[in-house]
Order: sequence, then structure tokens, then C-alpha cells
Amino acid sequence: MTASLAVFFALAALAVIGAVSLIVQKHPIHSALSLIVVMIALAGLYLLLGAEFVAAVQIIVYGGAIMVLFVFVIMLLNAGVEEHTSISKMAGAPGLLLVVALAGFVAATIARSTESVETTLQTGEIASTLGISNMIFKDFVYPFELTSFLILVAVLGATVLAQREKS
Amino acid sequence: MVPTNYYVILSAILFGLGVLAFIFKRNIITIFMSIELMLNAVNLAFVAFSQALGKLDGQVFVLFVIVVAAAEAAVGLGIIILIARSRQTLNVERVDLLKL
Repeated sequence: MTASLAVFFALAALAVIGAVSLIVQKHPIHSALSLIVVMIALAGLYLLLGAEFVAAVQIIVYGGAIMVLFVFVIMLLNAGVEEHTSISKMAGAPGLLLVVALAGFVAATIARSTESVETTLQTGEIASTLGISNMIFKDFVYPFELTSFLILVAVLGATVLAQREKS
Repeated sequence: MVPTNYYVILSAILFGLGVLAFIFKRNIITIFMSIELMLNAVNLAFVAFSQALGKLDGQVFVLFVIVVAAAEAAVGLGIIILIARSRQTLNVERVDLLKL
């Protein structure tokens, strides 16, 4: 087993354990911390894939900004342990069946379709960050500008939603 | 070098766990977090295929997905604050009326 494969399995195990922990934990703050573990593990996988810019953005935006927002809201609303009613326990079995069917479908599709991809695997030697900046500011410049508009609208919407109504 | 298959399978596993969390959890904030988990799983597949095909389009799409996820988190958490303020609960089963 090569070193990169060992690192991959370690990070993959960390990500899966974090995702399972997100489901198992009862308190939302523990779920949020588990999700941060998943995101850090995924950033490590991006580094392993040679996508260092995406890895940095993953840690700064996801691990930093978005999850801090989540933890902040959980603490602001003083969210407690989640409660399950009898109906939600009954819905667990069909839900599990649905997930198994979905996972089987995805696995079958992957097994059939990625054989051709595997043969074209390249080493991580593309100038990643330079190439990404070239693509964003040349090929994808209009979508990029649109995303800034989207962020502006989202910030306005969040402000309007969260402000207290004047009585 | 790790085969692309492994990355895509890991991505599928994480996506499945995200769907599982979406179905099983009852706290609205945790349900929102499981959506983020699914987005992350898709991002991993994007980066893996971008690396496998030697093109950078996938990584640019990941950046756009992250931007949209940030916007979604801002608006979604605003809605969650609004729900918690008007219903005094975060359990989705008690949020079953459009109008109070």
C-alpha cells in the first residue's frame, strides 16, 4: 500500500466516522462539531487530489464561515436535545429502505460508468490555482459576477428575515 | 495514486449518510446541516473527476457550489431564527402549519 493510499483511507475513515456521528449525536452542537470534522477531512482529500485552492476555500468558507454561523445560531436559539415522536420512529424503517435503494442505485451506476475514467487518471501536476484563476476570470467571468450579486441578495434577504418586526 | 473510483465511492457513501441524516433527524438545524453534508459529498466527486480528466472545470464548479452554499446558509438560518421565534420550537414535526 502506497503512502497516498494510506492517507486516503485515513481521511476517508475520518469523514465517514464524522458523518455517522452527525446522525448518531442527539445534541445539535455535537452534530455541528462532527460536520466540521467531515469538512476538515474533505479538505485533506482535496489536498491529496492536488486541488490546494479548493482545500483552502473549503477550510476558510465551510469550516470557518458557514459552520461558525451554524454554531452561532444553535447557541443563539439555545437548541436542546432533539425529541422523537412515535410517528418519526415509525418513519425510520421506510427511510432506511429508501437510503439503501438510493445507495444501491448510485453504487451500480458508479460500477458501470467509472471504468473508462479510471484509465485516464493523471498525476496532480496541473498548475491548479493559476488555472482556476484563469478560468474564473476568463471563461466563467459572468457566472462569477452573478454569484457576487447572489451573495448580495442573500445578505439582504437574511437581514430582512431576521430583523424584529416593528410593532 | 489513489484510483478515482475510491473517491467517487466515498462521495456516494457521504451523500447516502447525508440523505439518512435528512430523513432521521428531527431538529431543523441538523436537517440543514445534512444538506451541507450532501453538498460536500457532491463537491468531492467534482474535484475527483476534475483531477481524473485533467480539466479544471470541476474545481471552478466546486467554488460556485461553495458560494451558493454560503448564500443558502445565510438565508436558511434567517428562516430558522424566524421559525424559532414564532413557534418556540426547532422540531420539524411541530412546524406543520403554513399559517399560525
